[in-house]
Amino acid sequence: MPATVIVFPGSNCDRDVAVALESAFSRPPAMVWHRDSALPPSDLIVIPGGFSYGDYLRSGAMAANSPIMAEVVRAAERGVPVLGICNGFQILTEAQLLPGVLMRNAGLKFVCRDIELRVDRADTLFTGGYRRGQVIRIPVAHHDGNYFAADDTLKRLRDNSQIVFRYCDRDGNVSAEANPNGSRDNIAGIVNERGNVLGMMPHPERLADMALGGIDGSPMFTALAGALAA
Amino acid sequence: MKARIHITLKNGVLDPQGKAIQHALAGLGFDGIEDVRQGKFIEVALAGDDRAAAQRSVTEMCEKLLANTVIENYDIEIAD
Repeated sequence: MPATVIVFPGSNCDRDVAVALESAFSRPPAMVWHRDSALPPSDLIVIPGGFSYGDYLRSGAMAANSPIMAEVVRAAERGVPVLGICNGFQILTEAQLLPGVLMRNAGLKFVCRDIELRVDRADTLFTGGYRRGQVIRIPVAHHDGNYFAADDTLKRLRDNSQIVFRYCDRDGNVSAEANPNGSRDNIAGIVNERGNVLGMMPHPERLADMALGGIDGSPMFTALAGALAA
Repeated sequence: MKARIHITLKNGVLDPQGKAIQHALAGLGFDGIEDVRQGKFIEVALAGDDRAAAQRSVTEMCEKLLANTVIENYDIEIAD
């Protein structure tokens, strides 16, 4: 079955992620418009980056309430893997498929650059192409990437090992200096308890081809393709 | 009827925009500012005149869309 990419008004990484998916899955993904109320049968749903609905009210808030998202929530509850990148992560938190919220960057500036990430979980469906503790370089491009969760939620995320990616320096040290947006615990990406929904602020699809300057994002898509084909 | 909704960040949630405003005000020479918190104000015009029903309906709007209760509180005022 093909992967599915959900497209909202204001999505702007939908085509980039479609290219990365096509390369890994050897077939193009289905592109599904936000007003559709049915999902095609799919092994993987991707919610791409962008600025859905112009980030009105709160980033991801409008998109989380669009018709197709009710179907995405149902699919996620059935166990279908869902990957949210950047705005997709914001939408997944607003849809309550992932805990917490992404607030305005602590420095108030839009941050657009390559950053280092430490892979803290290499045993998820999404991260089997990496090693635990591996430092990868992936671009971020966001204004609202400051992950916040209340203390009890954060404790649950830690206790259940749901933190998958943390901002770090080149040597893998998770430090305040390496945190581009003020996220609690340097959180860049988390997975739900069941392990089938992953949200991350960095953009693996933007470094998934040597023509883009690097391929540190590729293993995510090839690992997904391998795991879902098995 | 009109519902006036104030949405504010919960205590303990950092508000970098509020802090930036506070610094800007200090830069303009306003002394004695202890803290600034930024929020949102939303006005919803409602048909009908059942205030209790309006209160219930707007509460649901806040829970479902207008506020993110992970970080925000809301306060509803129903006015004629």
